[in-house]
Amino acid sequence: MPRSPQTPTTTPRPPASPTPDGREAVIVGGNRIPFARAGGAYADASNQDMLTAALDGLVARFGLQDARIGEVVAGSVLKHSRDFNLVRESVLGSALSPQTPAYDLQQACATGLEAVIGVSNKIRLGQIDSAIAGGADTISDAPIAVSEGLRHALLKASHAKSLGARMKAFASLRPADLAPATPRTDEPRTGLSMGEHQAITTATWGISREDQDALAAASHQHLAAAYDAGFFDDLVTPYLGLVRDANLRPDSSVEKLAKLPPVFGTSLTVPATMTAGNSTPLTDGASVVLVASRDWAQAHDLPVLARVVDGETAAVDFVHGHEGLLMAPVHAVPRLLARNSLTLDDFDFFEIHEAFAATVLSTLAAWEDAEYCRTELGLDGPLGTVDRSRLNVVGSSLAAGHPFAATGGRIVATAAKLVATRAAETGQVARALISICAAGGLGVAAIIESAADPSGQPGSGASADEAAPATGSDGAW
Amino acid sequence: MSDTYVSLVNGGLGRSVATKLGLPRPGVLRRHTPDAPLAPGPVLVLGTPASTEADAVAQLLLSADGGSDLDVRRAAAGDATRWGAVVVVLSDVVHPSDLAAPMLELSGVLRSLAPGGRVVTISRAAAASDSPAVAAARQGVDGILRSLAKELRAGSTANGIVLSDGADLGAPSVLAALRFFLSPRSAFVDGQLLTVSSTAGTAPASWDRPLDGRVAVVTGAARGIGAAIARTLARDGARVVVVDVPAAGESLAAVANEIRGTALQLDITAADAGATIIDHAVSRHGGLDVVVHNAGITRDKLLANMTPALWESVLAVNISAQLAINEALLASPAFTHAPRIVSLASTSGIAGNRGQTNYAASKGGVIGMVRATGPLLADVDGTANAVAPGFIETEMTSRIPFATREVARRLNSLQQAGLPVDVAEAVAFLASPAAGGINGTVLRVCGQNLVGA
Repeated sequence: MPRSPQTPTTTPRPPASPTPDGREAVIVGGNRIPFARAGGAYADASNQDMLTAALDGLVARFGLQDARIGEVVAGSVLKHSRDFNLVRESVLGSALSPQTPAYDLQQACATGLEAVIGVSNKIRLGQIDSAIAGGADTISDAPIAVSEGLRHALLKASHAKSLGARMKAFASLRPADLAPATPRTDEPRTGLSMGEHQAITTATWGISREDQDALAAASHQHLAAAYDAGFFDDLVTPYLGLVRDANLRPDSSVEKLAKLPPVFGTSLTVPATMTAGNSTPLTDGASVVLVASRDWAQAHDLPVLARVVDGETAAVDFVHGHEGLLMAPVHAVPRLLARNSLTLDDFDFFEIHEAFAATVLSTLAAWEDAEYCRTELGLDGPLGTVDRSRLNVVGSSLAAGHPFAATGGRIVATAAKLVATRAAETGQVARALISICAAGGLGVAAIIESAADPSGQPGSGASADEAAPATGSDGAW
Repeated sequence: MSDTYVSLVNGGLGRSVATKLGLPRPGVLRRHTPDAPLAPGPVLVLGTPASTEADAVAQLLLSADGGSDLDVRRAAAGDATRWGAVVVVLSDVVHPSDLAAPMLELSGVLRSLAPGGRVVTISRAAAASDSPAVAAARQGVDGILRSLAKELRAGSTANGIVLSDGADLGAPSVLAALRFFLSPRSAFVDGQLLTVSSTAGTAPASWDRPLDGRVAVVTGAARGIGAAIARTLARDGARVVVVDVPAAGESLAAVANEIRGTALQLDITAADAGATIIDHAVSRHGGLDVVVHNAGITRDKLLANMTPALWESVLAVNISAQLAINEALLASPAFTHAPRIVSLASTSGIAGNRGQTNYAASKGGVIGMVRATGPLLADVDGTANAVAPGFIETEMTSRIPFATREVARRLNSLQQAGLPVDVAEAVAFLASPAAGGINGTVLRVCGQNLVGA
């Protein structure tokens, strides 16, 4: 581990919100391909190629060849219309059993995390006992559409019954209609890019350039150290010659980042602070997570890293209201904590997606602000302070990159390994809070906690040579 | 990677041209296919006159354990048979003059050996405690075998089984070694003497799947010889864990998925590599029976130009990592069910190679390591052996300049390079439960390379 966050509180904590009937959704492990910068190593790879590669790496890691998995749920944000069955097609191209069902899901950048929550709920309901959740996204192979004018003309022509009618359909075309429509990530209702939206929030919360650069530098340094320590040896499988995330700059520093010019918020009245260095670059990649019932994992001699405790999705009114576009997780987390009777102090790890360094810092600032928490979140006082030594301890999106739908799977698998490792060290339940913001004013949060096999049998994820430490001294689970 | 010369001189015009010009005409080697017979024709068992030991070997081959598919005969009987193999039992010779009768009988049938045929000798090791005449006779077999191997053509080979210490003809490993040498699995093994030193080992329920129920780990399995070993062990019934450095993960995953095994991305020089391997095999597959140390690197440099980094990296990967992993294996209660360690040596470690002092140190080290590790495993019916490949068609050797490569290919009795699967077959044989009586040895897979023989 690159950095050792403070050890958790010494009093043993009971696990959060035990499932009423004891049915759990446990995380067995994950796999992703290294994330590439747009136009880089995966320039010729499609979403299907990348998702298939991520699936095949997972199959190889866990010996799932020809296994019929309960369901594979994934998606991508920038998707070709021909990829309407992207996930099912990826399954058919993978080493999994062709009898494995699948469906596509899309919730912007929260796609991967929402997929994990969705399959976990099915597992806890007993509808399935195993699932793979994840996502893939490519900027390099993004769909390019024809203009609305040309599209209408083509459709009209294809329905025309005579040559004359066909000619007439094309007669309405203007030269401008022939220019292709490139994919946009701007918000449809405001016309502002995500960066410009965040720049407004950044200014509102007075987040400094220095703090943003420090967070970005830490992300790179943590990710590099984790790679060097072998942390990703069982989380990442190289693809198309790329072995580590292409965006990673191990020698990143606050000094180097300070030299970059601002790119967002340059038209605001306050000085612009957001640069290419403290914003996430456009990236290609894919990730998947294997989720199962504990019985299924044990029957297949597979490890159990963590269990999915709960998830919460929020949305904010960034169009007519005054909340920032990427602030929905700020609302989701307090609701999630309240439902599970937890506070920010109950977490060993915080995995807050770094869409922009300023997004993370605005989120933390909001939770510390008594006035905001009272008026906007309906709390009695500040939600609390996130211990920065527990935040994104092995790096996050600023360093790894952010292929939209693939980020959730990356974070969940990383967090699951973090809590499993911590629990094996301390013998206590370790817990992680995950938060991902998304376009459309959406935000998803989730809680996972360590879930080593209480009986200490092989497959607990702990070394078989050492007695697996008892997990949860009250033995309640 | 393919040897076009071999196919050229084995067909039509190429064959007659090569014959007229006196060019080397390497034979097409007989390799394993699922339904191929053990030998390409009847097996003739020869021995000293009225040898009961030759009778015993013939009975062994005819027994249920020997596989009932063989046509075994004790006399040539003057017919026009194309012999699939001739087994020469010389375990009872007590004087060099005893060699004459069986060898001259062999002489009479050599020309009717089928292409891809086999000659296998069975003898006893000459020891200092033997009477001089006995020792002379026994050691003489060594010379016979090595010379005969150089005379055979058309993909035929000659290999010997040597009994030592407590082993007798009934030792399970004698039959196992005999079957291995007769079979296509030993295609590129030639001129070798394999010592059976104990009665340990058990015949498998099925000779087609001798590794059924066994869990094997192969390091360096992402490509080349390592991938071939993984495939061969899986073919023989093992559950295989393929290991390679994280950077090789993409092809490692492909190998794992092909053979329905699991991929473990791991730097074997990590301090806890042994524990990681054991934990993975035990927790995921319920045990660990076979470890194949295949991972290796070359950093060639004349000693005069050697740097610490080049020297140390080769020694770290090729031998120090194996020693550390073996230490963990020997201490693990999981590795006690007739376990097998098979380590990849090299002819460089035996004969030396210019520019490879570091590599040869590591590969010579492997040979010393298995010799000393074998006895440590004997208590649990375990073995540690090495396989030393000669010139094998791999990505590495395909980068050798054309002329050098063409010459290197012909410098052995089979006049061609081996394939990765040839090495894998030898590894799979030594990893099998029936090979328990073969311990601490080196088996060369080199087509009887002229170097270091």
